[in-house]
Amino acid sequence: MLAAPLVLGTAAAYLLLLFAVAAWGDRRARQGRSVVGNAWVYALSMAVYCTAWTYFGSVGRAASGGIWFLPIYLGPMLAMTLAWLVLRKMIRIANHYRITSIADFVASRYGQSPLLAGLVTLITVVGIVPYIALQLKAIASGYAVLTTPLGAEPAARGPWWQDGTLAVALALAGFTMVFGTRHRDASERHEGMVTAIAFESVVKLLAFLAVGAFITWGLFAGPGDLFARAQAVPELATLLTLGQGQPFPYAQWLALTLLSMLSVVFLPRQFQVMVVENVDERHLKRAAWVFPAYLLAINVFVLPIALGGLLYFGGRSVNPDTFVLSLPLAAGQPTLALAAFIGGLSAATGMVIVEAIAVSTMVCNDLVMPLLLRLRRFARHGDLTGLLLGIRRAAIVVILLLGYLYFHFAGEAYALVSIGLISFAAVAQFAPALLGGMYWKGGTRGGALAGLLAGFGLWVYTLMLPSIAKSGWWHTDFVDAGPWGIVLLRPEQLFGLAGLDYLTHSLFWSLLANVGLYVAVSLARLPSAREASQALLFVDVFERTQSAHPVFWRGRAELTDLLALAGRFLGAARARTLFEDYARRAGLGGFEQIEPDAQLVQFVETQLAGVIGSASARVMVASAVQEEALALDDVMRILDEATQLRAYSRALEEQSASLRRATEELRAANEQLKSLDRLKDDFMSSVTHELRTPLTSIRALAEMMADDPQMDVAQRQQFLGIVVAETQRLSRLVNQVLDLAKIESGHAEWRNSDVDMRALVQQAAQAMAEPLREQGTQLTLELPERVPTLRADADRLTQVLLNLLGNAAKFVPKPGGRIGLRLTTDAAGVTVQVRDNGPGVPEEQRSLIFERFHQGGDINHRPTGTGLGLPISRQIVEHFGGRIGLRADIDQGACFEFTLPWEAPEQAARDTGDPP
Amino acid sequence: MTTKILIADDEPNILISLEFLMKREGYEVHLARDGQEALELLRRERPRLVLLDVMMPKKTGFEVCQEVRNDDDIRSTLILMLTAKGRETDVVKGLALGADAYMTKPFSTRELVQKVREMLEAVP
Repeated sequence: MLAAPLVLGTAAAYLLLLFAVAAWGDRRARQGRSVVGNAWVYALSMAVYCTAWTYFGSVGRAASGGIWFLPIYLGPMLAMTLAWLVLRKMIRIANHYRITSIADFVASRYGQSPLLAGLVTLITVVGIVPYIALQLKAIASGYAVLTTPLGAEPAARGPWWQDGTLAVALALAGFTMVFGTRHRDASERHEGMVTAIAFESVVKLLAFLAVGAFITWGLFAGPGDLFARAQAVPELATLLTLGQGQPFPYAQWLALTLLSMLSVVFLPRQFQVMVVENVDERHLKRAAWVFPAYLLAINVFVLPIALGGLLYFGGRSVNPDTFVLSLPLAAGQPTLALAAFIGGLSAATGMVIVEAIAVSTMVCNDLVMPLLLRLRRFARHGDLTGLLLGIRRAAIVVILLLGYLYFHFAGEAYALVSIGLISFAAVAQFAPALLGGMYWKGGTRGGALAGLLAGFGLWVYTLMLPSIAKSGWWHTDFVDAGPWGIVLLRPEQLFGLAGLDYLTHSLFWSLLANVGLYVAVSLARLPSAREASQALLFVDVFERTQSAHPVFWRGRAELTDLLALAGRFLGAARARTLFEDYARRAGLGGFEQIEPDAQLVQFVETQLAGVIGSASARVMVASAVQEEALALDDVMRILDEATQLRAYSRALEEQSASLRRATEELRAANEQLKSLDRLKDDFMSSVTHELRTPLTSIRALAEMMADDPQMDVAQRQQFLGIVVAETQRLSRLVNQVLDLAKIESGHAEWRNSDVDMRALVQQAAQAMAEPLREQGTQLTLELPERVPTLRADADRLTQVLLNLLGNAAKFVPKPGGRIGLRLTTDAAGVTVQVRDNGPGVPEEQRSLIFERFHQGGDINHRPTGTGLGLPISRQIVEHFGGRIGLRADIDQGACFEFTLPWEAPEQAARDTGDPP
Repeated sequence: MTTKILIADDEPNILISLEFLMKREGYEVHLARDGQEALELLRRERPRLVLLDVMMPKKTGFEVCQEVRNDDDIRSTLILMLTAKGRETDVVKGLALGADAYMTKPFSTRELVQKVREMLEAVP
């Protein structure tokens, strides 16, 4: 045995060490070099699953039931390796919507229902208190074992104010308060606590392994020896078999495994370390194998220790629960026993701390706060940050005291293990509502409520009450014979289901009722708008992790109201910082510019949820903004409107686009018309000018002649000559204008035939022969022997030739003029050149001579032409695919040249009429 | 003392017609065949009135008109513009540039004579 002060001193020292580790973890977190950011720490923190139960209870169970201690650890192993995807989704949801506890999760999913949150919290408290009592009992027993001489009876417990366990409970409460309630925002992770938990996981593992190793190789000669010796003893041999002599109860095994699978997630402390304290989803991958490995390691020596103890102590009545301590003590290894005690203490304190923190958060956020907020005094004003902390601390103390009370009054009745399993069964009731909520959008608040109530009720009836009765607190009549004598309603054989152990039986009925009512009630009524919105957010969390917009929300909010609300719970400075961050992220200048819209409200609500839980946050925000409750019909209507609006706007867009296109086309057409108009105007004014000029002379002269019948004959003759000439000029002009107009507009007639250019040129020369001779101009021809025929309009080509010859004739000196007419052919076509020895075309007029109405020459040599000859010639030549121009490479005179290709272009060919 | 009149037009036949007409009316007639010559004669002979064609080479009737009005010596010359272009804008332009009257071709000889007489009598 060990001296009490030694034990106490070591225990205190260890707790201080734990505290130091936590403080270090917190400090590192503040410095930004978080310890928790390590996947190993995360994985190890999960090992808080192994409590003093592992140390004492497992061994005790193994001692009586062989491998029946295993399912409780198989379950978590299976859960981690198979279902880590479920965890991942849970973590994503929790991270995203700032969920701080199981109650928060459930309540948030079903439309932020305070009722649901409160119910879950209540169930948790009721379910956890026995478990905490178990830890206290383990510590007390362990202490007793260490300090009482072997074989002696442990000292009877004195009155409660002298009870050491109470002191332990209070010490643990104080410890927990320091650990976990320094921060106001519960969603700020308790990094220090997680670090300490990871540390103590290592400690307890090492201690247990040490004891196990000692027993296996120290007391015995190794596992082989141990098992062989156990086989030799008949009672022990049965422990090694699966069924222990009975048909293997699969149902029980299954039930236990299932139970532990669920509890590894739904125990408040597990939820806390796995989901709430998770900093990085990817850590889950590491944990998926580290945690099972840990469980394996810590369970390796359970059976050996149990067997060893049984063998060692033989028939002596040593409580198998305490083999871990009593064996080393008896074997003369007090230090090892102390180490084992510290290990057990470590396990117990770990569980208590985390559990207390988790449950106190739930109690504060989901039980007390909603009630308080109903009181108008609190709902209206005041800084509630201090109050929140106070409530949490009080909750911790109360929970621990409750645990102590349970231990004091009921702890002796049942073996440790049974108490633990009852707690497991309680938290298992959360499974349908929570898992259903994550994967089924149809789950409603009503369904969750119904399921939880039914499950919890059945749990109370089939597990809790019998356990209380059996520990002597109630008469056991109703357990044995059913309430009011109704046999069918016997708590442990409900409706006649016999043959199952009490746990499996309870699990069966409670889960059946839970799931059944959850599904039935959910299907019976459609989810409300709020529930549907939250369902989408939860079930589709992986698709929606960009932003958590409230899906359906309608209301008005004031920025100042929201800021004030945030300030009440987060502190004014912190709230302001948050708003400014929000504004900055939205790209606004300052937080005053934030639009108080649905997104902001959601943001504020999320922040508040981190402090007071989502249900309370919902209540507070709803009070601060004027919301309109949306019925599902409203939502459908909004959706319809939105769809319609979108369709309309699309139609409008298309219309305006086509309108724009039409306008563009119109504008282009207008431009074209205007320019054509301008051209036409110019042409028209030119034509009118040209026509009016000769008319002027004709009219004036004619009038004058008419006025004066006595006019001098010579004068009259002169005038008449002018009139005649101008008339001719006029008609020439009119003809040419019409000709040009026809050609240009494509209405001219083209009579194509096989033209012999040689003959044509000769004919033209012939026609001009007389006038040329009269003015003393010499015309020379240069023609090849034979020229291939060309498909063209002979008359038109003659027109061109005559035009060129006529022009040349106008400008050559008279007499002494010389005109050269040359015809050549090549592969491309035929070329005609008309060269004269006139003054030539001045540089500046070269580009103008083909313009309409441009008349060459100068003022003194006003030609008699109309100025349209060359433009017409150009039109004709180009119609047949040729080109006409003035050669620039001669010194004196002018040389006009046109070419015609052998292959006429399509247009000319198309215009072909039959040859005459 | 016979009134001096200048006729400026690039069409020879029109010059002939107008010359005969004005001479018949008893005016002393000077002829110019382009804008440049017109200005020279205006400055040299100082006719009281000029029959000014618009479309002339070297200087158009508009330009002549402008220069006359800017020249102190000959500013008071009466200008009667003649043109075959009948657009509204040309009339306005001519009058804006300082022409006293505007007639479109072909004109009536009677009307022309009438107009010249009016213009001359208006200014003593």
